[in-house]
Amino acid sequence: MDTAEKLDKNASGRNHAEEPMIDLEEQPMQETRYPEHTVGTPFVDDPKMRLRDVDVFYGDNQAIHKVSLDIGKNEVVALIGPSGCGKSTFLRSLNRMNDTIDICRVTGELFLEDQDLYDPKMDVVELRARVGMVFQKPNPFPKSIYDNVAYGPRLHGLANKKYELDEIVETSLRKAGLWDEVKDRLHAPGTGLSGGQQQRLCIARTIAVSPEVVLMDEPCSALDPIATAKIEELIDELTESYTIAIVTHSMQQAARVSNRTAYFHLGRLIEVNDTETVFTKPEHELTEAYITGRFG
Amino acid sequence: MQTGNLLLLLIVMVALAYYLGHQRSLALARPLGGIRHLHSLPFYYAMRAALWCALPALLILGGWLAFDDTIIRQTVMQGLPEALRPDSDGARGLLLSQIQNVASGALSPESVDPAIAAAAERLNNLRTTSAMALTVVVIAVGLVGAAWGWVKIAPQLRARQQVESILRVIFMLCATVAILTTVGILMSVLFESIRFFQKVSPAEFLFGLQWSPQTALRADQVASSGAFGAIPLFVGTLLISTIALLVAVPIGLMSAIYLAEYAPPKVRSVAKPMLEILAGVPTVVYGFFAALTVAPFIRGVGESIGLDVASESALAAGLVMGVMIIPFVSSLSDDVITAVPQVMRDGSLGLGATRSETIRKVVFPAALPGIMGGILLAASRAIGETMIVVMAAGLAANLTANPLDAVTTVTVQIVTLLTGDQEFDSAKTLAAFALGLMLFLTTLCLNILALHIVKKYREQYE
Repeated sequence: MDTAEKLDKNASGRNHAEEPMIDLEEQPMQETRYPEHTVGTPFVDDPKMRLRDVDVFYGDNQAIHKVSLDIGKNEVVALIGPSGCGKSTFLRSLNRMNDTIDICRVTGELFLEDQDLYDPKMDVVELRARVGMVFQKPNPFPKSIYDNVAYGPRLHGLANKKYELDEIVETSLRKAGLWDEVKDRLHAPGTGLSGGQQQRLCIARTIAVSPEVVLMDEPCSALDPIATAKIEELIDELTESYTIAIVTHSMQQAARVSNRTAYFHLGRLIEVNDTETVFTKPEHELTEAYITGRFG
Repeated sequence: MQTGNLLLLLIVMVALAYYLGHQRSLALARPLGGIRHLHSLPFYYAMRAALWCALPALLILGGWLAFDDTIIRQTVMQGLPEALRPDSDGARGLLLSQIQNVASGALSPESVDPAIAAAAERLNNLRTTSAMALTVVVIAVGLVGAAWGWVKIAPQLRARQQVESILRVIFMLCATVAILTTVGILMSVLFESIRFFQKVSPAEFLFGLQWSPQTALRADQVASSGAFGAIPLFVGTLLISTIALLVAVPIGLMSAIYLAEYAPPKVRSVAKPMLEILAGVPTVVYGFFAALTVAPFIRGVGESIGLDVASESALAAGLVMGVMIIPFVSSLSDDVITAVPQVMRDGSLGLGATRSETIRKVVFPAALPGIMGGILLAASRAIGETMIVVMAAGLAANLTANPLDAVTTVTVQIVTLLTGDQEFDSAKTLAAFALGLMLFLTTLCLNILALHIVKKYREQYE
């Protein structure tokens, strides 16, 4: 056998031995130190979204345990926490995207202003027009840039005339900071843009239906630092007109863009506070452990 | 020894060579400290010995079987006395079959010329010798090959590379066989068609409006003008295929959408194979179903509302054919619809689209190339389908677009031209090749178009 091949075998052998150790470190910490209630200040006055005792189940598996949180008007709330802690699941229940998963069940009080999201009379179509969503991976439709942005307005009949639609498309692309880059090729396919441009196109597509809340599920995880910086800048500008909830794995990003930060751990909301407080004086030891990089 | 037995023996030898090669490589590895000190795994050494045993022997066996009969016959013919030598190909064939009949014992040697009887004996002798020689040579070559493969096994031998490259050649040969067969069929159809076009002008064939392939055997025969205008056949084919697609595309597509987007996994796992069973029903069953059940039913319905329906109608054949090709549309469409990434659906649903809006505006356009491919595949299947139309569509070459009339198709005419006793050089028989060629070209074009569409738009999302 070649030496190279032998080395290869040795290397893979070592890897196998190492894997379980990572789990061993995490386990004991999780079991013992949950707080009775979320620490910090989960509630604000006159919130945009009011969420109380939210449980989410996948079949018999409980993914979210009694999460209570307010999302204030025109603020950016960052949801952080280790992988698999349920922050994406929680985010997706805010505009009922979890409905697409058959075995998923959401209980608790979820209100958008004074409307119950899970009221049987609630129209999901209307809800999703008011609470838009931007996904982890840029997912422009295989259509032109124009049609991508016009998709939502057309669905909801927001424009009667061609020029009105043109206007919506231009405004949305301008708000998303993409207009200058694409104004000469509006009818080129949206899939031909770079990753960062695609993600801004998806943001433009979302804000074209004038939502009140924008949910962002790790919007920068597939992007390079420059594109990420542009999106973060954009989030900053968007707070003037929208309320934003953003899931992120980057603590720097949470620190840069958000007003308040919520720390999730294994389906529980551990701590919510002003972003500055969370990152400088975390109240709970799990939060501290996470932001100082001891696990996650 | 008979060829079959010889092959069996060869297989045993190959297995033995494999086993011995394996043993030897292990034996060589032991003093070195295990098989990790060999260049290749023992499997490769064993495989190499087996290939050395099998390939040369098989090559010789194949070559021998391909040529020995020709050579033997040649020898026998040359051994005949001058007077009996045939002067034409036909006489030669007759003489040969006479000799062969005597040799096999079908004719008694007393009833023929003594020279022929002698030739028959020589033929038998030569054959026996040849078979024995073949056995000896093949076994010898196999043994030598195996021994060579076994002796050469050494820790440094690069057996892995050698086996890999031999395997690559074998795979390539198998692929070549399939391609060459296609080319061969195409060539034979092409040359026969050229013979046909020497008798009937291509313009008459392609643009003529009359089809009546009965040619007169005697000058005074009636109703046997021999008209070879293929337009009625093409129109008939087109009519039936269109009806079939009108049935299959909507039903197939919608069932695919249901299966991919709405059906719970349990339903899907049962319903999809069930749908695919439709493709496995023998076409002859569809054929009598069409002729005996559907056609009379359509006729009955037509009569009750005052329509004149032929008892063998294009509609009946088209409907049943449509049912037959549903799985082609539904199964392929289902695959491409399922392949549309979930993020695409999420994006649309997240903007407040309903499920059906999402399917119509996002999923369907994204899957369209694949769906088109499925439809074209179904279309070429419909055009080439024979059994159903033979039974249910009729033989009358009517030039009509009325689905309630009897029409005939290209495939039906090929069947009728070539069933029963044939004369192989009449325009009637040769017309089948010309029709076959047209059919082949049409389905080939459709398949190429389908492949092209699928390829061009495949990477639209992602």
